[in-house]
Amino acid sequence: MDKRVLTIGLIAVLFTTTSCGIDYETNVADGTRRQVLHVGNGDEPRELDPHIVTGNIEFKLCMALLEGLLSRHPEDLRLMPGVAESWREGDGGKTYLFRLREDAKWSNGDPVVAQDFVFSWQRALLPALGNNYAYMLYYLENAEKFHKGEIKDFAKVGVKALDERTLEVRLENPAPFFLQLLAHQSYYPVHRETIEKFGAADERGTKWTRPGNHVGNGPFKLKEWALNRRIVVEKNDHYWDADAVKLNQVVFYPIQNATTEERMFRAGQLHITNNLPVDKTEYYRKERPEALKIFPYFSTYYYIFNTLSPPLDDIRVRQALTMSIDRKQITEKITKAGQLPAFNFTPPDTNGYTAKARVTYDAERARTLLAEAGYPGGENFPVIELMYNTSEEHRRIAIAIQQMWKINLNVNVTLLNQDWKVYLDKRDSKDYQVARAGWIGDYLDPITFLDLFVSTGGNNDTGWSDKRYDELIAKAATIVEQEKRYALLQEAEAILMTELPVMPIYTYVSKSLVSPDVRGWRPNILDQHPYKYISLTPSQ
Amino acid sequence: MVKFILKRLLQAIPVLVTVTIITFLLIHAAPGGPFDEEKAVPPEVLKHLNERYKLDQPIHVQFYDYLKNALQGDLGPSFKYPGRSVNEIIAAGFPVTFELGCYALLFALLIGVGSGIIASLQPNTCQDYVPMAFATMGICLPSYVLGPLLVLLFGIWLEWLPVAGWELTPGDKLLPSITLGSVYAAYIARLSRGGMIETLSRDFIRTARAKGMPESIIIFRHALRVGLLPVVSFLGPALAGLLTGSFVVETIFQIPGLGRYFVQGAFNRDYTLILGVTLLLASLIVLFNLIADVMIAWLDPKVRHETING
Repeated sequence: MDKRVLTIGLIAVLFTTTSCGIDYETNVADGTRRQVLHVGNGDEPRELDPHIVTGNIEFKLCMALLEGLLSRHPEDLRLMPGVAESWREGDGGKTYLFRLREDAKWSNGDPVVAQDFVFSWQRALLPALGNNYAYMLYYLENAEKFHKGEIKDFAKVGVKALDERTLEVRLENPAPFFLQLLAHQSYYPVHRETIEKFGAADERGTKWTRPGNHVGNGPFKLKEWALNRRIVVEKNDHYWDADAVKLNQVVFYPIQNATTEERMFRAGQLHITNNLPVDKTEYYRKERPEALKIFPYFSTYYYIFNTLSPPLDDIRVRQALTMSIDRKQITEKITKAGQLPAFNFTPPDTNGYTAKARVTYDAERARTLLAEAGYPGGENFPVIELMYNTSEEHRRIAIAIQQMWKINLNVNVTLLNQDWKVYLDKRDSKDYQVARAGWIGDYLDPITFLDLFVSTGGNNDTGWSDKRYDELIAKAATIVEQEKRYALLQEAEAILMTELPVMPIYTYVSKSLVSPDVRGWRPNILDQHPYKYISLTPSQ
Repeated sequence: MVKFILKRLLQAIPVLVTVTIITFLLIHAAPGGPFDEEKAVPPEVLKHLNERYKLDQPIHVQFYDYLKNALQGDLGPSFKYPGRSVNEIIAAGFPVTFELGCYALLFALLIGVGSGIIASLQPNTCQDYVPMAFATMGICLPSYVLGPLLVLLFGIWLEWLPVAGWELTPGDKLLPSITLGSVYAAYIARLSRGGMIETLSRDFIRTARAKGMPESIIIFRHALRVGLLPVVSFLGPALAGLLTGSFVVETIFQIPGLGRYFVQGAFNRDYTLILGVTLLLASLIVLFNLIADVMIAWLDPKVRHETING
């Protein structure tokens, strides 16, 4: 008797601990009612300082908190006035004069003046700050010399405040894409008084970016930053275009795991996700197509060849390897989210530029080339090693390519999986034969892809160097007229697609889930969605 | 007893120093540095960064500096998060991981001891087999399987509980605690069943029964105290395991704990962060094992006697 009572009692305890359900309103329902947007943002941002951070995660936050001279239209990404209300080009594209709007204000009410930009760009170039994006400012006259410590006097650098509302900019060379850069975080202004209150201008990681300290000039201001939990920004009433801002708050969650993020979306905890697991694409395509947003992204997935050592120093071998993979198979059977097979290095239709040079899939020709290189039927071809960084998708693509090379060329490949930092180290020291790589363009111009492979390029890990290519890229930097410039870049890309230090595989897509409550969110190639233009309306 | 505790604490010092040295050497020996990025870092920027974080100095100087600061409670700045000190990151993450670990342990004890006792009361019957089958399943089922299953059931189908988060919505602590605790619940169930069966067949229980004591008093007052000894000695390592092994659960449920730094600190070559977290967790493991030993001594007169005299 006693035992039975005991047993029942214990079982009851087990059940009550596991089965207490709680009713709650979802974030999405509550957020839509109060104009609070809940966004998955990938990871904890390293910092919120626009002159220290480089990633997309941080950019999304900077974009909410700060504004550059120019901004972008949320749909077609065309440049629009930001802090500058108008601008004028002069001296054959070498100088610009910006007129700042009178009502541009910092979130503490101070006016945004031309001197703020001079201070901010100087800060971005101070060597001790350790700004990885300092090179983005090298287009300014003498900026590179200043950053490298060759000149100490910042007055020699090509930026000057003529008065509070007029900013003069002088460039090293005419750069037709210069205006694009002004919408990039590396050119964003910071509030001088705030920076100096918390440390020297070139001190890394001071407390100025903390809630309560942060002063910005964007449509939103920083309200809360709970490490690894969330970041909350709220509407900035001092913003010059505050009337256009519909959202009261944006809440950013650092969710790394795409599966978790998808679950949170499904349970109504997020309006917008940062990513989508591969295996869920099909489900959303069939069941909830209105929430699925897939769009080509300004980024290429490719393999690089170490051209310094045999057999990959032979151009015919590289051509044979490039020609013998079926990219369509890879995008249709493996990546499956609508990625575009890439037959050249730059993504299609980059600000009016689409590469004419194309690599093809031609196994027959590939075998001939390999035979010409001295390996008929893959005979005597040494085993080569293909390195990729840890990721299920990279692994599957590598296996597919390994197969294709085996079947089409009878070439044997071993796979080498490395953790991220080891992979970077091996690439950098050219301790590899074939390696997986990816590149995201910094701004909408093909040059941000093509200047990767100049001989002196810090990101050219292939050992490949071509004088004509270097000349073309250098010459293109001096030409203003877009058509002539693009003709030079076409020629350069044709060289790249013949020499093939790089084997393009596919163009990435951005993948997000977006609640139908969200208005004003438009897919675009940079995957940039200014929160300024977003609003929330219940969808049912 | 005080002497015993002091002795154990003194023994901990060389252990912790060794752990620090090994971690320091391993992380520095791993290829790649904290500032390597996909976009090549210009050499002049790298030079300044290395100077700023004193990575340009000889390794023994770096280690000496680290140890000196660590002894004063300063674990240094994080490399990955320029605005954060390691102390700050740990202060934000550790309470969460600790709380999660405690709930998980509580759940494990409740379920484990409960079902262990139930099973031990009628060994080799249905009442034994059913909970033990669950326990075996619990041991076999890793948290990355159990977690998503629970989320699917309670979060998505039944819509009873939030699918992820920590202190964001009421009830969001329940599923991660259960997920993390279930493996330990299973171990504890088996341990307490074994302990109880053995104890219930011992002479002093027979004596108690012969005296006509009610069964509940026999079990709760006499048998449990001895029967649960194996569980108590398991608690120290269990709590340590819960704290160091919470990474998967923290990822599944989007919990802002320390687990992700423990794993990613190593991937990012965030030298100070990984050292700080390792040092903290090593100290806790030492501490919890000590506490478990003390508790055993307190519960078991035989061990208590040995501890005090030897």
